[in-house]
Amino acid sequence: MKIAFTTKGKDWDAEMDPRFGRTEYLFIYDEQSGEETSLDNREVQSEAHGAGPKTAQKLAEAGAQVLITGNGPGGNAASVIQAAGITVYIGASSMSVKEAYQAYTSGKLSKQ
Amino acid sequence: MKIAIASGKGGTGKTTLSTNLAVYLSESARVALGDLDVEEPNSGLYVQGEEIERHDKFKYVPRWNPAQCDLCGTCQLVCNFNAVLKLGQQIMVFPELCHGCYACSELCPTGSLPMIPQKMGELTVFRRGPLDFVESQLNIGEEQAVPLIKQTLKQMNGSFGDREYLIYDSPPGTSCPVIEVTKEADLVILVTEPTPFGLHDLKLAVETMRELGVEFGVVINRHGLGDDRVERYCAEQSIDIITTIPNHRKIAELYSRGELLYPSIPEVKNALEKIRLYILERRKESRS
Repeated sequence: MKIAFTTKGKDWDAEMDPRFGRTEYLFIYDEQSGEETSLDNREVQSEAHGAGPKTAQKLAEAGAQVLITGNGPGGNAASVIQAAGITVYIGASSMSVKEAYQAYTSGKLSKQ
Repeated sequence: MKIAIASGKGGTGKTTLSTNLAVYLSESARVALGDLDVEEPNSGLYVQGEEIERHDKFKYVPRWNPAQCDLCGTCQLVCNFNAVLKLGQQIMVFPELCHGCYACSELCPTGSLPMIPQKMGELTVFRRGPLDFVESQLNIGEEQAVPLIKQTLKQMNGSFGDREYLIYDSPPGTSCPVIEVTKEADLVILVTEPTPFGLHDLKLAVETMRELGVEFGVVINRHGLGDDRVERYCAEQSIDIITTIPNHRKIAELYSRGELLYPSIPEVKNALEKIRLYILERRKESRS
């Protein structure tokens, strides 16, 4: 499973970013291969409109199947995520990426 | 002469001034009043008239037609608002983000994004003797006021361009809808109140008007409340204070019943006359 996290940094110890559309980075972990990828999303922060769908598109292009985030995406982003068949788990704020992954694997996050 | 009534802060008396001024001026001239606060128009509470026309207003948004599309992605490249996105084998359109510029539609090599009309609101024209009143209302859920404001201004300039005065009741704030209403006005009247919030938002409105390069003056409403910092600011900045309207319980009572103020409050009538003379003065200056 390819799992994406919204985060303020580039590694497992980075703090989660509760925002979806304007998250600073996307951290992607491929459970099969163990591969870790960090996508810089900071250029989206300057977009006045449509940050959510833009970030969602990036996520879909990266091939993510699961998204772990804080507040959950807004309406436009949610429709892109749904079209891309990505499952969303919310409630992973105020923790590190590592803690968010542990919360996900132990079933502590709610599925949206 | 096009006169926009605006303010940085909401609730300072734009509609009160717009409606009273329009009806007052219509005693001696032909006037059209437009409520351009299309997200929550309320001039109609104070100006009733006979309904003359009502039209549906449309914006045009692209709709994806997959038959000929070769997924080249030009549409998403040219959209500045992320309203069109390519996702795998499909093109997604977000109508709420679309600003109706036609770029994706016109530049699509296969013509796969035709522009489709979508109702965004209604425009109604009322007549009240020598006063024509235009009110536009945006549908609930529509995110953008500017397209409807543009169409309303166009209709006013077309139908009532020969009127001596066009009065625009502007939306609050200093963002795109306000700029749309004020940028082509011959005079903008900024209504404020003598409070810290009033002064703070007046400064923002003044900066906006200066950036636009439009003529403007200030009317201080609820004068007597608060302090004299608005007056001191205007003096320092060489901004005309056209007149003041007193803070008066009777004004609030009349307003709460949807009545016009000037027929029963002489101070308001005096203030309106001062505004009328100021407008005439500015018109004379701009012609000479």
